[in-house]
Amino acid sequence: MAAVAVKAKELEALGAEVMAVSVDSQFVHKIWQEEELSKMVEGGFPFAMVADSAGKIGQVYGCYDEIAGVNTRGRFIIDPDGVIQAIEILTPPVGRNVDELIRQLQAFQLVRRTGGAEAAPSGWRPGKPTLKPGPELVGKVWKQWKVESGF
Amino acid sequence: MGKDEEKVGCGRPTGATVGEPSKGQEAPPQKREEAVMVTAKIGSKAPDFEAPAFVGGKFGRVKLSDHLGKWVVLCFYPGDFTFV
Repeated sequence: MAAVAVKAKELEALGAEVMAVSVDSQFVHKIWQEEELSKMVEGGFPFAMVADSAGKIGQVYGCYDEIAGVNTRGRFIIDPDGVIQAIEILTPPVGRNVDELIRQLQAFQLVRRTGGAEAAPSGWRPGKPTLKPGPELVGKVWKQWKVESGF
Repeated sequence: MGKDEEKVGCGRPTGATVGEPSKGQEAPPQKREEAVMVTAKIGSKAPDFEAPAFVGGKFGRVKLSDHLGKWVVLCFYPGDFTFV
């Protein structure tokens, strides 16, 4: 969560709001924020820290581990219509990559902005070529997109 | 986001899903495995929820559907004070 907090400005610039959800109560969230997060990152975690004490939210999102009684690392990108565009779920010992979250947000925002006229190929980042899906592109992706640009 | 501060009692309130009526509520209690229904699917509407939260230095509540019109990133994690 500290890594997300570090990138808060970038996320806000993309108009994204973050909600962090764990089975901890809002009281524990407060102390974690004050005692640890705010010492790792200036200002701490600036978004909502949600209390899912019974794991009910995690259950419907498919990331509640009933044996451990905690939520695993699920990350969902939800568009302005409330539709889930991306899901990533990791078991606890491996953390997420916030840069990849930002890249995906930028890519989904591009697709939305262009009404689907442009698509973000593998490894796309702002400034890299997009693809314009259509009949003329079929079988011709090799002309427009080189594998090297996927990295 | 519920900016208004919420009164804090001694209980340990939790969040719950809202909207989408769950058939389970009227039906007799089902077996535990069956009661859990994963509804979050890519390309589908994100299941709405409302829950207590610590936000902006205050105790409040958040409701996902209050944020329609904005991009929302929902991050689940195992717990406060964990190491990763």
